[in-house]
Amino acid sequence: MDSPRRGRGRGDRAARAVRATRQLPLAPALIMLFLFFLGPVLWSIYSSFTNAALTGDGAQNPQWVGLDNFRRLFSDPNVTNGIWLTVVFVLGSAVIGQNLLGLAIALLMRGRNRWLRGTVGAIVVSAWVLPEVVSAFIWYAFLGPDGTLNQVLKAFGLGGQDWLYSSPMLAVIIANTWRGTAFSMLVYNAALDDVPADVQEAAELDGATGVRRLWSVILPLIRPSIVTNLMLITLQTLSVFTLIYVMTAGGPGFASSTLPVLMYQQAFKFSEVGYGTAISLLLLAIGAVFSFVYVRVLKPEA
Amino acid sequence: MLSTGIRIACAGAAAALALTACSSSSSSGGSGGKTLKVAYQKFGNEIHVDAHMQKVKEQFEAAHPGVTVKLDPINVAENDYYTKIDLMMGSGSTAPDVVYEDTFLINSDIQAGYLTPLDAYLSAWSDWSQFPDTAKAAARGLDGRTYGVPMGTDTRALYYNKALLTKAGITVPWQPKSWADVLAAAKAIKAADPGVTPLNVYAGKPDGEGSTMQGFEMLLYGTQDTLYDSSSKKWIAPSKGFSDSLQFLKDAYSGGLTLPPQQELDPNVGNVVGGQLLPQDKLAIDLDGSWVTSTWTATGAKPWPEWSSALGEAAMPTQDGGGKGTTSMSGGWTLSVTAKSKNKDLAAQFVELALNKDNSASYDDADGQIAVRDDVAADPAYQNSNPTTAFFTGLVPVTNYRPAYPDYPKVSDAIQVAMEAVITGQSSPADAMKAYTSTLKGIVGSSNVAAGSS
Repeated sequence: MDSPRRGRGRGDRAARAVRATRQLPLAPALIMLFLFFLGPVLWSIYSSFTNAALTGDGAQNPQWVGLDNFRRLFSDPNVTNGIWLTVVFVLGSAVIGQNLLGLAIALLMRGRNRWLRGTVGAIVVSAWVLPEVVSAFIWYAFLGPDGTLNQVLKAFGLGGQDWLYSSPMLAVIIANTWRGTAFSMLVYNAALDDVPADVQEAAELDGATGVRRLWSVILPLIRPSIVTNLMLITLQTLSVFTLIYVMTAGGPGFASSTLPVLMYQQAFKFSEVGYGTAISLLLLAIGAVFSFVYVRVLKPEA
Repeated sequence: MLSTGIRIACAGAAAALALTACSSSSSSGGSGGKTLKVAYQKFGNEIHVDAHMQKVKEQFEAAHPGVTVKLDPINVAENDYYTKIDLMMGSGSTAPDVVYEDTFLINSDIQAGYLTPLDAYLSAWSDWSQFPDTAKAAARGLDGRTYGVPMGTDTRALYYNKALLTKAGITVPWQPKSWADVLAAAKAIKAADPGVTPLNVYAGKPDGEGSTMQGFEMLLYGTQDTLYDSSSKKWIAPSKGFSDSLQFLKDAYSGGLTLPPQQELDPNVGNVVGGQLLPQDKLAIDLDGSWVTSTWTATGAKPWPEWSSALGEAAMPTQDGGGKGTTSMSGGWTLSVTAKSKNKDLAAQFVELALNKDNSASYDDADGQIAVRDDVAADPAYQNSNPTTAFFTGLVPVTNYRPAYPDYPKVSDAIQVAMEAVITGQSSPADAMKAYTSTLKGIVGSSNVAAGSS
């Protein structure tokens, strides 16, 4: 915060006073920030230790129940299942799906002519600019029992599919990959543009094949972008709710109830707000673990 | 950069504050210019409450000059409706004055402090004596005070398509004597006409309390067991009746006798059954409520003049024909006044007007409800209003009521989870019952749970 000290003198205190008054106009903004941003966060931490509910006793006078919600959380098979599904969803649709597909598209687009790059980019990005609820509905309409895909399959005399019911996780992973790949593609496009051409030429002269060039030259050079991208899409994907809720509502049973969906169900369907917020803290912890792993393993600043 | 962002945030926050200030329902003082907000559900084929409220609004505004009744038809499925009204009633700025409450949730909402006791108003209301004690008890809190006026009640039974049963070689009128009879008929229908759905039993989370009551409890209360033993004041789990009921669902669903689970787990399934499958002769037997016929009347969502000749009704048999031989479940909805209402007197007057003799009669008639007022029930016009009225009213002697304690909604959720796990094949009936038992102990406390028959 402080500027380097330039000796001690009478001006020092005055300067500090000036600095303090300069901060004053920020006060309303800070108050707003505390009120509207930190307030809900603190409230949700507090309420995860209570039995706050939408109806019944917990609505009238929520009681402090200590760690009860967390005890219940770790013995609840639906939560264990939710953690597992959340991890599968993040690995499947973000780390593998969006990340690798985005990188692949970015690599394939390198050095192509402007027209092709523009077209491919536009198509991929158009899936990303759609509001989440719209793309969720598109996928629901596509995969549903009387959906587009089944109409097409039937036209070819093939039996229909029922992925939304029989393999809901696969359906939402595909949909989320489709929706989010553009972001990774844009990040990697920018990163690849920064790879100096002479380094690549040197590698080529040394006889490195395409795969070897990618592994030994390009990837190490764009590592900071990889870490940043992984971090961003992981945190985005962890909190995906709309897509899953519209496509499968977390069902059938709890077969696609990732933690955000489970949290919603507990808080707003089963009315247990306190328990729902406890699940949200768990989600926060999982996000922290992912971030920690990326930072430690991939060392963006190396 | 930052300062611009903050400016925008401030402007946004200020706008939001201004909006909430404007949108609060506080009415200006004085007798003139008051607004009375009425919240109720309007979803799919359920349009009769809305029609009723529009009528009462006109009457009320004519009788109270200067008062505006603002109707708030909430267009969401059952579970979302409960969530929405609970959230609305939690704050003075959003709470409606009059709210349409399911008797299944009312005890929970009473305990939450969302509702106003109406005893002072009802004691001065001459019509209150027309309501029998069972009806008065539906909205009575643990404190003995009354928090709502019942609009009607209902019973549940089997509707069957006469032509489809006849085609399968089953004699009509049909009255199964046991669960086995129901499944046997469904199998015969499947064999005779693979293109129709033989049997519909609601069984998943999306249909909410509809699944618990029309599906599960219609089975369970036909066994030796119930959900709650009022003499020992304990919830019953595990029990043979519970697992047998789940087993019935497993047999029906895994045998392909019902809608495919993916269709059953659509929140719109109730609208599809009443609005499409039954009228189009695509469903042979439907375990459903007395109100379903209201979909097909001239004022209903999907008029179907031939329904009364096309369909027959049969009482739901007990598991093996024991006990009273048949069973049913009854619930119903009330009109209540919220605790945060700023116009409680007006709101109570609205409730009394909405449920006076004429209005009760016209609503019960339109919505296929069973009258709760003695004077309406005794009225020949009501008795002849719908060909099924006599049949469904005749089930009252064998009917059961839900253990409508404050914990019941959560118990109901646990039952839906168990049903859904069984019909999707994710759990065996035994495992689903084990999960239910542990959830139940978490909800009501282990000391309040006892095993039933084994």
